[in-house]
Amino acid sequence: MKLPASLRVTLTACMVLGLVVLYVPLILIVLNSFNSSRTFGFPPPGLTLDWWQKAASSSGALSALGTSVVAGLCAMVIALVLGTMAAFAVQRFEFFGRSTISFLVVLPITLPGIVTGIALNATFVQVLGPFGVALGLATVIIGHATFCIVIVYNNVQARLRRMGTSLEEASADLGANGWQTFWRVTFPGVRGALVAGAVLAFALSFDEIVVTTFTAGPAIQTLPLWIFSNLFRPNQAPVVNVVAAVLAVVAVVPVWLAQRFSGDSTTSRV
Amino acid sequence: MRRMFRTAGAGAAVVFAAALALSGCSSNGTPAAKQAAPPTEKMASSVGSGEGQLNLIAWAGYTEDGSNDKSVDWVHPFETQTGCTVHTTYGATSDDMVQLMRTGQYDGVSASGDATLRLIYAGDVAPVNTSLVPNYKTISSFLKNGNWNSVNGQMYGIPHGWGANLLMYTPSTVSPAPTSWSAVFDDASTYKGKVTAYDSPIYIADAALYLKSSDPSLGITDPYSLTAKQLAAAVALLKKQNASVGEYWSDYTKEVQAFESGTSVVGTTWQVIANLINSDAKVKVETVVPKEGVTGWSDTWMISTKSKHPNCMYKWMNYITSASVNAQVAEWFGEAPSQTLACAKTSDPGFCGTYHATDQKYAAGIHYWTTPTKQCVDGKGNNCTAYSDWVNAWQQIRG
Amino acid sequence: MRPGARLALLLSVPLLWLVVMYLGSIAVMLVSAFWTVNDFTGAVEQTFTFDNIRRLVTEPLFATVALRTILVALGVTVIDAVFAIPMALFMSKVASPRLRLGLLVAVTTPLWASYLVKAYAWRTLVAPNGPIAFITGGNTPGYGLAATVITLAYLWLPYMIIPIYAGFDRVSDSLVEASFDLGASAWRTIRSVALPLVFPAIAAGSIFTFSLTLGDYIAVGIVGGKTQLLANVIYGQLVTANNQPFAAALSLIPLAAIVLYLFAMRRTGALEKV
Repeated sequence: MKLPASLRVTLTACMVLGLVVLYVPLILIVLNSFNSSRTFGFPPPGLTLDWWQKAASSSGALSALGTSVVAGLCAMVIALVLGTMAAFAVQRFEFFGRSTISFLVVLPITLPGIVTGIALNATFVQVLGPFGVALGLATVIIGHATFCIVIVYNNVQARLRRMGTSLEEASADLGANGWQTFWRVTFPGVRGALVAGAVLAFALSFDEIVVTTFTAGPAIQTLPLWIFSNLFRPNQAPVVNVVAAVLAVVAVVPVWLAQRFSGDSTTSRV
Repeated sequence: MRRMFRTAGAGAAVVFAAALALSGCSSNGTPAAKQAAPPTEKMASSVGSGEGQLNLIAWAGYTEDGSNDKSVDWVHPFETQTGCTVHTTYGATSDDMVQLMRTGQYDGVSASGDATLRLIYAGDVAPVNTSLVPNYKTISSFLKNGNWNSVNGQMYGIPHGWGANLLMYTPSTVSPAPTSWSAVFDDASTYKGKVTAYDSPIYIADAALYLKSSDPSLGITDPYSLTAKQLAAAVALLKKQNASVGEYWSDYTKEVQAFESGTSVVGTTWQVIANLINSDAKVKVETVVPKEGVTGWSDTWMISTKSKHPNCMYKWMNYITSASVNAQVAEWFGEAPSQTLACAKTSDPGFCGTYHATDQKYAAGIHYWTTPTKQCVDGKGNNCTAYSDWVNAWQQIRG
Repeated sequence: MRPGARLALLLSVPLLWLVVMYLGSIAVMLVSAFWTVNDFTGAVEQTFTFDNIRRLVTEPLFATVALRTILVALGVTVIDAVFAIPMALFMSKVASPRLRLGLLVAVTTPLWASYLVKAYAWRTLVAPNGPIAFITGGNTPGYGLAATVITLAYLWLPYMIIPIYAGFDRVSDSLVEASFDLGASAWRTIRSVALPLVFPAIAAGSIFTFSLTLGDYIAVGIVGGKTQLLANVIYGQLVTANNQPFAAALSLIPLAAIVLYLFAMRRTGALEKV
């Protein structure tokens, strides 16, 4: 698009500055993963590969990673199902109270984590506790799924709104039944939005620590909780820098895929 | 546990207080633990062969099995020796540990001073027959029959390790060398903005300990048994200190970084933190036991009354306090070993000296962390402030 | 299947989850704010009392901390908006499609490096002998309120960029070009054409930055020096003091702040753009 040269230059400068701000701390993290100081002091007194070796053989980190992946995937699937259902209801039906659905869906992510955490904790422990519910991995997943629904919901309903109903109507006119129309017409249309929503939902769950703190059972250790406990454990705190560095690099793949898959960039919010 | 002292003056801690009140002699000044009788629990009379399994609740760092660092592993040798497979659940707080023990699914726990009495008086842990734990004989005598791990001369566990909350300073900036806690209280303004303090309500006890000798008119005898008036005096002192504080610390990473960067130059610490700073050699720090004495912690392995694998638990309590294993745990964790013989087995020959592990006089000066309750923990009445009051006070201090 | 039945089916599960489970939980919390804790046993007593609310209002500490927290949240939101708007504008209107894809990946990747580790990185950056002091010749905010605002703004920046980018992307190029053709300056075009159109998107991003800040108690502990924010106080009451009812009462402050904020933003359509 045609823009005045001065504006282009200004915007380019802002973009570069923004990227520098975003990446300087990450570069520091990578540097610290080689820092020989056990509390990653600056400037590094020396460089070492120790932390990378320790991280590679840390089954604690690995099992915490596993827990986080399981929690993230489960929360993602629940959010996909519930978010899509709500989005379809709002975009394809007229009903009383439709406008409050958006408010309801967005509430869990906008309320501060500590409020959601206390509320869920009180419910699980005080209300459901007597019925045999104990804090565990399932309670973490429920908590995460609750605030992830909105991501999928907003992505899908924006896409549904833009798609309109004409294609679906044409499909029905040509004799397709409800399911055929859904699988052959609607689903391919919203697939990109689903992928984009799924990746962000997973990312939100993956790095969440506040709600997790209040909903995890004592035996459950997600990756953020593991990182937190490592900062309290003498001798190997710098391992967390390795983990963070690896995560950021590995994450490029799903983020890039999500952007590619979503195709239509106007709904992709990964 | 030292790193996250957060607990409620709740639940069974108060069962203990109630038991005290019932005993009707809670104001004659003898240590509280000598008076109330906990539920009578059966004590083991022999240790047979292992049951093949052992479920523990522990602080992170006490039961390393090589999963965090391959070279740090004392669980697998135990499993090979005894055939008891160890499953550990890490407790994040003392409250967690008490709740977990209550489920009855665990054989033992590494309990801190703020959990032990709750467990004892709730009947969750059984008395320990110390004659079945051969290594007990050579454990430091000052850890035996403490009022946080025994009742009426009966031990309820095997001491594991301990430590003190020391005064640390950077000698290049802080001179002359401080010998009193006044360095962080009355004289804190000398290093305005560079004083640090432990970020927990239990730190109020440090202020109370200082006031005990600096202001005798307050009549403080035990830093965990404060009347409302005494607490108010400690709060006033800490509020004054707050003006000079640069930052409060809660995890060791934070304090090491603060001293290395010069953000903090004087404040409370643990020995392990001082060692870390000196090993980095960026700045040199010194630690000192001020003349008023210090607060500290002591952890104890306790056995559940509902243990399904009592033989394995007895074997574990003996194993973890054996000279070489106790040395290994203490060095990894950064605390004084409870086992006197461990001092010959540490990889750093000076380790026990650094941590004063067998220093009777040093240990006697420590006021071990205990949960304050309305029923004074020193047994001198029932008009003390409870831990919840301390939390409120701490929030006011932080402002 | 009849449309009514289909609608019921579609709505039932999400509503069951959100209304019964989530709003139910919030309701439990709200009710518990009017309960009390037995001094002696530490158990929650389900007797109705206004004591917690009274304490909330009468002790000046809580008003001070709440005000400080809201100001921090506003500061974080403004900083993020100032950074995010030109970046999002560049991505949607200047960058080529290829570069755009790369930039989208670039601004969202930092979200995946652990929040705690990034907060610790900022602790190093603003330290008295840290890189910022090194480059600026000793000018660093040090640990305190300023460092807290900077760190939180950094942590939440991607959450602001993404919705604003999506917002700009929906603004037709021809509208902007028309503005220039009519002789408007770049600044005028941004202010009078682009910004009003993406306002709902900015509002959506601000919901993120505002609420995430209100709920944070960890980052402030790492870079905040001796500062405490509202969530620290709530956390202390809940976990350290075991006073769940009073923690719930304190939670009413961020709850009310956010609900008011959401109602204010609802008319802009921001809620659909989160």
